[in-house]
Amino acid sequence: MNPEVTAGAVPAVAMRSITKRFPGVLANDSVDFEAREGEVHALLGENGAGKSTLASILTGLYRPDAGDIEIYGRRVEFHSPRDAMAAGVSMVHQHFRLAASLTVADNIVLGHQAAPWLRASPRTIESQVTDLARRYRMPVNPTARIWQLSVGEQQRVEILKSLYRGARILILDEPTSLLTPQEADDLFETLRRMTAEGRTIVFVSHKLEELMAVSDRVTVLRGGRVVGTVETKSTTPPQLARMMVGREVVFAQSKEAHRMEGGEVVLELRGISADGDLGIKAVNDVSLAIKAGEIVGIAGVSGNGQRELAEAISGARRRSAGDVIVDGRSLRNGDPEDAIARGIAHVPEDRLGTGVSPSLSVADNLILKSHRRAPIATRGILRRQRIAANAKQLMSRFSVSAPGPDTPTRLLSGGNVQKVVLARELSSRPRAIVAANPTRGLDVGATESVRELLIKAAAGGVGILLISEDLDEVLALADRIAVIYEGRIAGVVPRDEADVQRIGLMMAGAPA
Amino acid sequence: MNVNDSIVVVLAASAIFYGTPLVFAAMGELLAERSGVLNLGVEGMMLTGAVTAFWAVQHLSGPDWLVLLLATMIGGLAALAVSVIHAVLVVGLRANQIVSGLALTIFAGATGLSSYVGNVARLGGQPAHHEYTAINVLGLADVPVLGPILFHQNALVYASWALVLVALAYLHRTRTGLHVRAVGESPQTADVMGIDVARYRYAHTLAGGLLAGVGGAYFSLAITPNWIDGMTSGAGWIAIALVIFAFWRPELTLAGAYLFGLFSSLGFVLQARQVHLPPEVFASLPYLMTVVVLVAVSTGWARQRLGAPAALGTPYVREER
Repeated sequence: MNPEVTAGAVPAVAMRSITKRFPGVLANDSVDFEAREGEVHALLGENGAGKSTLASILTGLYRPDAGDIEIYGRRVEFHSPRDAMAAGVSMVHQHFRLAASLTVADNIVLGHQAAPWLRASPRTIESQVTDLARRYRMPVNPTARIWQLSVGEQQRVEILKSLYRGARILILDEPTSLLTPQEADDLFETLRRMTAEGRTIVFVSHKLEELMAVSDRVTVLRGGRVVGTVETKSTTPPQLARMMVGREVVFAQSKEAHRMEGGEVVLELRGISADGDLGIKAVNDVSLAIKAGEIVGIAGVSGNGQRELAEAISGARRRSAGDVIVDGRSLRNGDPEDAIARGIAHVPEDRLGTGVSPSLSVADNLILKSHRRAPIATRGILRRQRIAANAKQLMSRFSVSAPGPDTPTRLLSGGNVQKVVLARELSSRPRAIVAANPTRGLDVGATESVRELLIKAAAGGVGILLISEDLDEVLALADRIAVIYEGRIAGVVPRDEADVQRIGLMMAGAPA
Repeated sequence: MNVNDSIVVVLAASAIFYGTPLVFAAMGELLAERSGVLNLGVEGMMLTGAVTAFWAVQHLSGPDWLVLLLATMIGGLAALAVSVIHAVLVVGLRANQIVSGLALTIFAGATGLSSYVGNVARLGGQPAHHEYTAINVLGLADVPVLGPILFHQNALVYASWALVLVALAYLHRTRTGLHVRAVGESPQTADVMGIDVARYRYAHTLAGGLLAGVGGAYFSLAITPNWIDGMTSGAGWIAIALVIFAFWRPELTLAGAYLFGLFSSLGFVLQARQVHLPPEVFASLPYLMTVVVLVAVSTGWARQRLGAPAALGTPYVREER
């Protein structure tokens, strides 16, 4: 964006051999990263590639286990976001840090220690904010309270907050993930204005198109390591996608792809739409048909409507349009009980939050869907012995390892909790299973057994909708792969025709 | 008949008189809640303040004004000491705020610590040696209508007006006040901006305790200058309801306190006028009002929109991975 940047000048940000380890994960593995003054430098990578960790280290939230940071050639050590702020480094978080009931002006001056104890009149502060907003063409009403603002406006307040404190290096974490296309364009305009002033932008994202539009250079991370840094001008989206996803895809464990001709459709989604928690449309006109014995994978980057889609099918979220049809009859909207009764099993992505009731015993969690009926309950009375027998049988069949059926479920490991969920869902003899990120956070062994259970269920004639942010998993298990982007199905490809690059591009929103 | 003896003027003056302890206690609770700490121990702290302040006027000697000033401060500090327990439990140890507050009211309140102190010191049945009396401000007490309402009240009434003004200016016109609001609203945000969340919560919980104690002292030094076990009879609970009713705003808290003061005094005033209704009806009015008001403001729209600190009642733990 600023071609006059002189090569060889002192970089605004220089991070050298940054290593950060979390329990069980090497999030950053000797990462080198450099951003020149006045450029927009994109950090690209899949979820878990280590880009957020790197950004958090640069902004003082985490401390690296090893490595140095230099800001304008001066070695720094940040112990808190405040230290980073003092050095001119500021971050706009994906989840905004704003106090909802305070005004825009108050949020902007909050914690600014240079302000006198007896504050200037609100009107003076407001006019300062208005001036700043005008300078960067980020119109925002300083007297409005945060809760009254749209997400795009809230983001402007976050950026103004950084500018008010004189930030010279701004880190934006997935800044467009909640914005409308129009708001995203306005944001890019603002970023250009800021770089023209010599500010440096680190732009964390996984959307190829916007990186191509906004950045000067791109650094690609994969698995905690730097794959490379390229000039945006001299690269192409396919090249970036290849760098991001990795050339080779390992089909470690895969389902025998089988032909589905003539199989009967067990679960059909007909034009379903649903709103997210913030009232923004999250699922947009999704249609898919899943046949008995088939695994349909939904690939996509986190936050593109996957969770909402799963909930809209299982009844946990109301659909704003469309039908879910099981065996030719449509499910009642927003009614999980109907979905359960009609044979839809749900393996939710938040297994301890929505998958099980953590403080109930394993045995009780195993009957959460069958406790209304005989043999578990007769005339409204739970039959403890049958519950115990049921637990014993399921725990051995699904090899749940727990001290006993009476153990509170929260004490189990992630893999065993997931097995409890699967045992409950599969033992209800479902027609179809909606599984959302079923192996996320599990170790290799548990991942393997969860995948095996799904494959076995499909072999038994169950239709499975596998929603996963792990592209390798989708490629290994699914017979057909649908890519979801911003709530829409960007395309559906059979597995034997699947091309990682093309899927990667579709995941990042490039036209297929 | 003198206009100043008319029922409207008498009711207005006594609404202020009876509402004043609520102003103190509710303003203290408001400060604590604005920083995110819910303190259900107000009743216990008020009773602590009432008994210690009364003990002080019986044992200190000197000019009225000095004894009363010292006694009121002693009552406030005793309640502050009780609030330290709450602050340590809920800010330091992140205990459940509701449980801690309720426990404190039981511990310090009627038939608890305050009645123990009162009984051991044999405070019951004694007339107070010193008490707050109405001051004729600038000789304006006899001015028609406004005289008895504004210029013939006791010193604590005037202090409470100053308190409301100071609280308003503090919350909205000082940097620390802005920080308090941010801490109660979004401690995460405040923390990132370099504000010490725990320090603000400690300070405002203690300030709340101090003011509750002063409100309690008002009962034993101004309303009924003697000591009876449980003499605040639920004023602490009304103060808590009042903060909600006033949407956490000092100026509305003042108005609300006088509304409750009006209901508290209605019975006496009407009886003095030979209006005979069962006294239970009047005695129950403030509590009935509390219930009505709480039901009204607990409807969904009132909560976030009208200023309930979003982080009220939730301990703050810095996010660590």
